Amino acid sequence: MLTLQSISYDVEDKEIVRDVSLELGDEFVAVTGPNGGGKSTLAKLIAGILKPTSGRIIWNGTDITEASITDRANMGISYAFQQPVQFKGLRVRDLMTLAAGKDAKFTDACDVLSEVGLCARDYMDRDLDGSLSGGELKRIEIAMVLARKTKFSIFDEPEAGIDLWSFQNLTRVFEKMEEQLHGGILVISHQERILNIADKILYLKDGHVERFGRRQEVLPLLIGSAEQTPCPVIQKKMGGD
Amino acid sequence: MLDLIEKNLLREVADLDGLPAGAYNIRANGKSVSRQSTANVEIVSKEDKPGIDIYIKPGTKNESLHIPVILSESGLKDLVYNDFHIGEDCDVVIIAGCGIHNCGGGDSVHDGIHTFYVGKNAKLRYIEKHFGEGDGTGKRLMNPTTNIYLEEGATMEMEATQIAGVDDAIRVTKAVQAAGSTLEIKEKVLTTGDQRAESRFTADLNGEGCSCDIVSHTVARGNSYQFFSSVLNGNAPCAGHTACDSIIMDQAKVVASPQLSAASQDASLIHEAAIGKIAGDQLIKLMTLGLTEQEAEEQVIAGFLR
Repeated sequence: MLTLQSISYDVEDKEIVRDVSLELGDEFVAVTGPNGGGKSTLAKLIAGILKPTSGRIIWNGTDITEASITDRANMGISYAFQQPVQFKGLRVRDLMTLAAGKDAKFTDACDVLSEVGLCARDYMDRDLDGSLSGGELKRIEIAMVLARKTKFSIFDEPEAGIDLWSFQNLTRVFEKMEEQLHGGILVISHQERILNIADKILYLKDGHVERFGRRQEVLPLLIGSAEQTPCPVIQKKMGGD
Repeated sequence: MLDLIEKNLLREVADLDGLPAGAYNIRANGKSVSRQSTANVEIVSKEDKPGIDIYIKPGTKNESLHIPVILSESGLKDLVYNDFHIGEDCDVVIIAGCGIHNCGGGDSVHDGIHTFYVGKNAKLRYIEKHFGEGDGTGKRLMNPTTNIYLEEGATMEMEATQIAGVDDAIRVTKAVQAAGSTLEIKEKVLTTGDQRAESRFTADLNGEGCSCDIVSHTVARGNSYQFFSSVLNGNAPCAGHTACDSIIMDQAKVVASPQLSAASQDASLIHEAAIGKIAGDQLIKLMTLGLTEQEAEEQVIAGFLR
């Protein structure tokens, strides 16, 4: 159980995240909302990449507000970046081994890579750099989190740049993960197809929790409100105000 | 017979736990201590100066030659000239390297001057590793000079590594390339403390269709100083590329000085240079996998110098 207690995060007097309190259990939570609404910042606050200006973060009863990224990773929190990081000289094998742990077998890495539609034989010795496509890097980023098998996993816009690999496969990855790990999964996404498989939906706007609840309750409201407020540019072109 | 320190040096520079298979010449403290020629690789001592001539018969394939140098006597100044005559159509590997163990007060110096004559359509892979150790106050200095003459269609891959313990090194590499020849050089350097490392590359691309690719990856830590220069002279239709990429840490200083000159409108020459610290997001990524910041740093460096 991950608990956020009145978390705020300011940058130069601007509130990026504002008084967010949440309880995230062993469930699939999709985080959505407009760009700049604080979704990625919230993910980074949970992973320890950013430290909150105020508030506390509790993980299974332990206050981890001051814990480092490393400590949180070792306590069981994983984070798949929105923009996968590239390395000069480090290979897929190196990162997969670090993610899976020293004792992991090659076949484990194989299984995880095949879950994201990549063949280990073709990819393990590739450099994790610009020689891979954006979609390949993104899938490897997801695979690293899968390989960690931790109790809480965060995915920041996993669908972005997923080239030829289909959405269906991506949603299957999350469903399978939920079945097998019985942990918390937090997925930041704009995609209805991902929102559709979530247990709960968190709608963040202007750094604040606008709505948080079961999918069946929140999703109709979001779709309804999106239909009511079309793009202002189109509205103007259509002769509206 | 080699003692324990010398055996360790041999392992560091040549990955050898004993005498290698194939041809070899092991030089310890200024003298050749062990040598073996083979049917295709002949090693002959020079008469006029220290060093050896190596003759590899045309058409020799899949053979290797080890020529490690080790210095374990403090204060020794060793100068050696090694000339390699590689016949046409050969396909061979040469593993050189120098290890210095200096636990005394005098400076130990090894200046190795290697000249490669690579015959028509021959293929050479040349691996050179420099290593220093020992806790004496005397410095460990190495100044390798590599002269490369590639005949038509010849190919040479060179890997030069200097990872630890060398206080001062000036590496000079000069290449002269005939038509259709290919040269690839990969250099890896790590300097720490007050160490200095200079690398000066020059390639004369004289023959039509020849190409040259020089890639240097270096890490400078502590108060160390690194200087990199590369001069590509495109005198014919050719392709030349150099890249020096450095990670700078602590109070280190790195200078990169590229120079391109073209005397043919079909000479295509490119230089890339980058100096910077380890990217923060690389460290963060590795930390989210459970590594400490220091472990993450080591991992990034190990990959970069791979």
